[in-house]
Amino acid sequence: MDIKLREVEYRYAAGTPFERLAITDVSFHIPSGEYMAIIGHTGSGKSTVLQHLNVLLKPLKGEIDIGSRTIAAGRKEKDLKEVRRRVGIVFQFPEHQLFEETVEKDICFGPMNFGVKEEQAKQRARDAIRLVGLPESVLERSPFDLSGGQMRRVAIAGVLAMKPDVLVLDEPTAGLDPRGRLDMMEMFASLQKNNGLTCVLVTHSMEDAARYADKIVMMHKGRVYKTGTPREIFSDRDSLRAIGLDVPETIHFQHLFEEKLGFPLKRLCLTPEELAQEIRDLRGERR
Amino acid sequence: MSETVISIQEVSFQYPDQTAFALQNVSLHVQRGEWLAIVGHNGSGKSTLAKMLNGLHYPQKGQVMISGFMLSEENVWSIREKLGMVFQNPDNQFVGTTVQDDVAFGLENNGVEQTMMKERVLAALQKVGMTAFLNQEPHHLSGGQKQRVAIASVIALRPDIILLDEATSMLDPLGRDEVMETIRELKEKEGLTVISITHDLEEAAKADRVIVLNEGSIYTEGTPQAIFQMDQELLQLGLGVPFSVRMSQLLADEGLLLTQRHFNQEELVRDIWTLNFAK
Repeated sequence: MDIKLREVEYRYAAGTPFERLAITDVSFHIPSGEYMAIIGHTGSGKSTVLQHLNVLLKPLKGEIDIGSRTIAAGRKEKDLKEVRRRVGIVFQFPEHQLFEETVEKDICFGPMNFGVKEEQAKQRARDAIRLVGLPESVLERSPFDLSGGQMRRVAIAGVLAMKPDVLVLDEPTAGLDPRGRLDMMEMFASLQKNNGLTCVLVTHSMEDAARYADKIVMMHKGRVYKTGTPREIFSDRDSLRAIGLDVPETIHFQHLFEEKLGFPLKRLCLTPEELAQEIRDLRGERR
Repeated sequence: MSETVISIQEVSFQYPDQTAFALQNVSLHVQRGEWLAIVGHNGSGKSTLAKMLNGLHYPQKGQVMISGFMLSEENVWSIREKLGMVFQNPDNQFVGTTVQDDVAFGLENNGVEQTMMKERVLAALQKVGMTAFLNQEPHHLSGGQKQRVAIASVIALRPDIILLDEATSMLDPLGRDEVMETIRELKEKEGLTVISITHDLEEAAKADRVIVLNEGSIYTEGTPQAIFQMDQELLQLGLGVPFSVRMSQLLADEGLLLTQRHFNQEELVRDIWTLNFAK
């Protein structure tokens, strides 16, 4: 399912003395099945954009296509249920939203709210818990007896059980330890590759954006500053720095190494693995 | 001469209804002016340990001594003046409507007299570089700025020790650097003792000493340099390694010659160059 934003604008507390422009003239396209990262400094408008993707906020100007549905400014939008089912948002610290007595009930809550029968919802809970890498036995337990990382997986399973086409992730690894962070990022990558989900990742981690995204949108002061592939975005260090971001550690290291070499490597390396191979190949050639 | 400001002796703690110990037989000592990082994966006991240090929990076995006093329900309030905490979520620790009110809150609670209070608020905000924001609303600040105000609120009370419980984990990279730099300056200029509880290994790398917790016990301790030589082992403990150490490992796996696992990017570049490229 494609999502297209066209010149979207939003103001908080519009029409009051506290009115504040949050985003303006935001246009970009998320093609079906793609992994897109949105990066930007705190307050750049990332979260406001994110809330438009399933119409938690409606644009005050512009339009958004979500699949075959168009949400336009100034129109009364009815029956948004289907849109909200198809675009699942995983908010920051989603485990704070768990509330049921058992993991199974918690995961079933969403689908049943959308009219899925109990038996089917339970089947979906079993599927979803497997997708997030937890054993089925967890279903019987109270979500509050689980570790933080497990609770987060349960919350994500709750979103997956709605069978969304698009998964929107707002800093999904905040607060997890490095192992948990890696496992979770690999899980989203696999959902995108193997289950055909479109992923939209809002992140502070340039490393994750470089490693996983097909395309990156840079936000700054409520506007789209630049869009491009990770290689395009991260080859322009000056524009990143201009908006308070920087290149991933790997690229920083590549630059240091190139300074010593006196010439650039053949390609910009987005992960440490890639860079190690590139340096190995270069040594091979020089011998 | 070094002076022990915290000493934890054989502390064990178990949450109700849990079979495993959250902390088991943990002993550690912290010297005045030291920066100690405590690292461990989620569930390793780090946060429980933090709660032991400021009396949110009390050990079921063993004892906690802070600035020479054994922590107990009787003296917990005076101990909390000696040990200030900065928490993970910058949005959960504001009470005042302006930056200066917020810093004043703790002083007011402690009955500090008005003119003295003003002085101390200003001095604290100066130390964290936030005097330009005196009358701003805290929730309009960036994450890094919020945490600096939280640090100012803590140091206004003139503690001996500052405890950072995942204080940078919700910040962007610039905010994180901002906060770490502030802490480093405070430690150097004011002789503050710093304990940072973190799983950010780049943050732990700035400490004088690192303690690794695993399953509620101390797994190992040492200088950051020594700890990060353990690379694969750290990954198994659910921890990461700093970028240069990881890069060293990958290069070695690709057959490049290196003298050691490097800790610093410049040194790693020099080493790759000298052993593999220089003629």
